[in-house]
Amino acid sequence: MREINVSEVTKTVSKLCMDSCYYLPEELLAKFKNAAAEEESPLGREILGTIIENAELAKRKAVPICQDTGLTVVFMEIGQDVHFVGGDLYTAIHAGVADGYVNGYLRKSSVDDPLFIRKNTNDNTPAIIHTTIVPGDKVKITVCPKGCGSENMGAMKMLKPADGVEGVIKFVVDTVRSAGPNPCPPVTVGVGIGGNMEKAALLAKYSLTRKVGEHNANPQYAELEAKLLELVNKTGVGPSGLGGSTTAVAVNIEYAPTHIGGLPVAVNLNCHAARRAEAEI
Amino acid sequence: MSEQAVIKYIKTPLTEETVKGLHAGDVVRISGPIYTARDAAHKRLTEALARGEKLPLDLTDNVIYYVGPSPTKPGEVVGSAGPTTSGRMDKYTPTLIEQGMRGMIGKGLRSQEVIDACVKHGAVYFVAIGGAAAVISQSIKGEEMIAYEDLGPEAIRRYEVEDFPAIVCIDTEGNDFYKEGIAKYSKEK
Repeated sequence: MREINVSEVTKTVSKLCMDSCYYLPEELLAKFKNAAAEEESPLGREILGTIIENAELAKRKAVPICQDTGLTVVFMEIGQDVHFVGGDLYTAIHAGVADGYVNGYLRKSSVDDPLFIRKNTNDNTPAIIHTTIVPGDKVKITVCPKGCGSENMGAMKMLKPADGVEGVIKFVVDTVRSAGPNPCPPVTVGVGIGGNMEKAALLAKYSLTRKVGEHNANPQYAELEAKLLELVNKTGVGPSGLGGSTTAVAVNIEYAPTHIGGLPVAVNLNCHAARRAEAEI
Repeated sequence: MSEQAVIKYIKTPLTEETVKGLHAGDVVRISGPIYTARDAAHKRLTEALARGEKLPLDLTDNVIYYVGPSPTKPGEVVGSAGPTTSGRMDKYTPTLIEQGMRGMIGKGLRSQEVIDACVKHGAVYFVAIGGAAAVISQSIKGEEMIAYEDLGPEAIRRYEVEDFPAIVCIDTEGNDFYKEGIAKYSKEK
């Protein structure tokens, strides 16, 4: 048994909120630099140049890459030999988000009630928290803030098993094409296949915590990722949706066992400012 | 969009003559005052009009920028301030164009009603690069609170901009550069 004081969680979450909003993941920046050399549209190349310049400027000045610093999604892998002390874990996570957003000059975009009141909570809480219990005595925290430009363009569909691979391909490509410029391409396409309705949606989001350039360990799914990326980049949507050959930089698939009668598929699009920061306690 | 981008430098408030000379795909740099407003401010503006009240700003020939900036860090003029998705304003936009609004800056697709209003009243829709908020902020030289301060990031502010980078997306003839650009590079049969 290892004791961890929740104040450490608060401190870590606060720092990850700021880091994720200021610093674009290095591998993604490298991807944009490659894409800028290969993009067919001259305007698209210019836009990619601006996106790179923006990420570098944000890093240098420690300011948000994008003004929409999103809802704060926190993934936590908790070792089963960890015992949290000093308070309630979820309260500690929310406190970290509030501290990071207030002291990091990040925009507060969370409203308390989705339909009637819609009052800003003024500290970006509550975070959306996903915890899993894993072996060991460590805690891994991944913070991925995400704005609504891209989140609003996600889609979920309960396909029939008979729709098969072709059905999945059509749904994913249709989703990216109809999203067009709205999710701020070049996007990362997160795809969740299997499970049930909520499981597929969570898998799609979780797939976006993967580093761009890493593929599913199952070769059949890795091959499907590559095929989908090729097809998505044929849509012509391009950088900022103004036309071009770089619509997405990656397609990440996560899958899970499902029911004999089902084939749930969820697509979660991440904008080019695909923010993610992680730490281990 | 020509292969070698010719940049058009334009000043706000926009005249009818200026907007008629802009075409979908033109790369522009905008200088002068522009006003910020997004979902909540649009709702209040159109509700005020419905009640027959005077608006807190004169929209005539002015440009509205769809943005909710991040808080300003000490030593900076504004926080990060890139465009938000324009489609959420579609419901309110034709009413504001009827009031004389001459331009909008945002990102993303617009409805046919917005395109029709641009043609009918001579207005243009500019797009800025979504997510390039730190770079865009460099062109904002001054900021003044105008109305609805209680809305925080959604309040109406006046920005003084210098060479604000944008692209003409919908022009006064109803051309939509998203459609043109995507069609040009689509490799789908």
